[in-house]
Amino acid sequence: MDRDDTLQGVKTGAIEMTGAQMVIRALKDQGVKHIFGYPGGAVLPIYDALFADDEIVHVLCRHEQGATHAAEGYARSTGKPGVVLVTSGPGATNAVTGLTDALMDSVPLVVLTGQVATHLIGNDAFQECDTVGITRPCTKHNWLVKDVGDLSRVIHEAFQIATSGRPGPVVVDIPKDVQFKKGPYHGPDAVRHRTYKPKTDPELGAIVKAIELMANAKKPLFYTGGGIINSGPDASRLLRELVKLTGFPITSTLMGLGAFPASDPQWLGMLGMHGTFEANNAMHDCDVMICLGARFDDRVTGAVDKFSPDSKKIHLDIDGSQINKNVRVDVPIVADAAKALKEMLHFWKTQRRKVDAAALASWWKQIEQWRAKNSLAFKNSNTLIKPQYAIDRLYELTRGREVYITTEVGQHQMWAAQRFKFEEPNHWMTSGGLGTMGYGLPASIGVQMAHRDALVIDIAGEASVQMTMQEMSTAVQYELPVKIFILNNQYMGMVRQWQQLLHGGRYSHSYSEALPDFVKLAEAFGAVGLRAEAPGELDAKIKEMIDVKRPVLFDCRVDPHENCYPMIPSGKAHNEMILSDAEEEKTEVSDEGKMLV
Amino acid sequence: MNTKAAPIERHTIAVLVDNEAGVLARVIGLFSGRGYNIESLTVAEVDATAHTSRITIVTSGTPEVIEQIEAQLRRLIPVHKVTNWTVAKPGIEREMALVKVVGTGDRRAEAMRIAEIFRARIIDTAHTSFVFEITGAPSKIDNFIDLMRPLGLADVSRTGVAAISRGPEAM
Repeated sequence: MDRDDTLQGVKTGAIEMTGAQMVIRALKDQGVKHIFGYPGGAVLPIYDALFADDEIVHVLCRHEQGATHAAEGYARSTGKPGVVLVTSGPGATNAVTGLTDALMDSVPLVVLTGQVATHLIGNDAFQECDTVGITRPCTKHNWLVKDVGDLSRVIHEAFQIATSGRPGPVVVDIPKDVQFKKGPYHGPDAVRHRTYKPKTDPELGAIVKAIELMANAKKPLFYTGGGIINSGPDASRLLRELVKLTGFPITSTLMGLGAFPASDPQWLGMLGMHGTFEANNAMHDCDVMICLGARFDDRVTGAVDKFSPDSKKIHLDIDGSQINKNVRVDVPIVADAAKALKEMLHFWKTQRRKVDAAALASWWKQIEQWRAKNSLAFKNSNTLIKPQYAIDRLYELTRGREVYITTEVGQHQMWAAQRFKFEEPNHWMTSGGLGTMGYGLPASIGVQMAHRDALVIDIAGEASVQMTMQEMSTAVQYELPVKIFILNNQYMGMVRQWQQLLHGGRYSHSYSEALPDFVKLAEAFGAVGLRAEAPGELDAKIKEMIDVKRPVLFDCRVDPHENCYPMIPSGKAHNEMILSDAEEEKTEVSDEGKMLV
Repeated sequence: MNTKAAPIERHTIAVLVDNEAGVLARVIGLFSGRGYNIESLTVAEVDATAHTSRITIVTSGTPEVIEQIEAQLRRLIPVHKVTNWTVAKPGIEREMALVKVVGTGDRRAEAMRIAEIFRARIIDTAHTSFVFEITGAPSKIDNFIDLMRPLGLADVSRTGVAAISRGPEAM
């Protein structure tokens, strides 16, 4: 076996090395600078090769889930793949949440897992699990490499698949004996995949049809998503140009925030379950919907049978399976967002297209009426910190800096999405599809690793943040001055809100009887703890947090009973939003509605 | 999308895949994970030099679900091609079954007579049993098995559907 590989190596001019050395070499050839991981028995040879290397920076996380979320934060904030190295068995199973999260949100991750030696596979060996079996449904693709001769090719293929087309996570499972064996190393150019050829160029016929619909629209609306951000900075730039050129209103999904500047007057705010009144009503009433890189998620559409009933729909997506999945569309465009936007602009200009200015003016008039509802308004307090107020102050006091925001999952996430104004793509990292509590803290570590001088803030809830709290230790070890800004309302706030709305106010297990003292906890980790309990002291404490050049746990005690509005209740349409507690009491949710998550 | 009222249709889908470890699990996992039906599934290598296998799946669902099944199959990395023989091109479907019938006297004679009508071949015979080999459309095999049931049907092994297009065109 070894001899054959050597001969083959001589023939192709490939360099011979061990599997473990190949892993490191392949990562370097892929331009990897940082990896997130956790050692263990089945990856010791790779960690040994890493020890001998002084170029790749390894970030030792405290749990493999933390490593995967850190890699996600790294990937989303840089546009580069996040790389994770973990051991077999529990190392791999702990990575499953991060893999699923990355799959749902189209984040490019390359996760390398150790596996027991090939002769032990299937024997219930120590720390053995069927990693490729377990991760098959939560990866874009995965491999078990049983022959060292395949290893370098598979790793390069893994990077290609993770980063091209619709990005996603991949797993390469490497048995320990393969890491020790020697074989020929092949560079990234050796990859020629037989079947994987994602389509990225748009069909021009579809582009022309889309332009035609847009030019004749009376009530048009751009509805954009994470696909714009995943496509790269060009897509955001071209989107801005197209939106300016047409003068159409634009809204975005949770994942798409930042692709279009929130300070722009054409921006209607986020849409969906907790989107703005103007964005959702515009979705309902529009006659031409231009969906770019979004996927008609249930959090966006509300009741599908009542979704935007009178519109012609254009749908651009790089993943053909998204077309007609939840909502039937009129003009599908399967392509990369930047390439499609470029063609849309080209045809709009060369065909000298003009919008229906009179119709557009009256559409804007209608939108301004909806906007005047000021649906994000809240009743502030002199004694209690309202969570909305805390986010507003955080935004104001960090303006003008290079700020990256991550979040956990729940009310705080929605308030952050509604209120923090993002001007640029790749500055907002949140778990959208999977809704993973515990995402934000490790994600902020990944972001800070890639942007050492930026201000990286995890807007957190006290329940979520405890799920991956151990990663504070990672932040301290690598001197990553992440700011964990906890909106502490002592409840799993979104669970409590739904129990109030749908379950008669029976708050079953959504209150945390015993919470840690977050200030002392911060100190125990070797970080800085800060606390704000009254509105009057908030600004000074936030400034202190910003000025501290160390990791901070900020315990922001907020009103425990505040609900997140506006809201489309389960089973309702975009034009059936509720804006306040008073309206919520009058709203009846059907049994069918209650069934929805 | 409101698909509740849409009619359920039966479709035969052929999938050409790289013959690599786990590829069948990817296809089956896609069906179970997304709640699609599999009525029958046939798989074998079709080109040893190219290492490709052909998976033929008979499935049922609303037109929207069938469209999703095809799109989701195309997303799998080792998939070369997906063809729906029920929609894209008129196809021919065949299935083979081995049917064991145990009995004596009149029942045994009647089983033989019916087998002749169906052009089933006897491939094993003992004093009290026959094994028939029958090839045809799945509905023909269903009918044959139904008729054998009162005559001492003891065991059935079916291959599942293989499908191919009519005319010169290939998949």
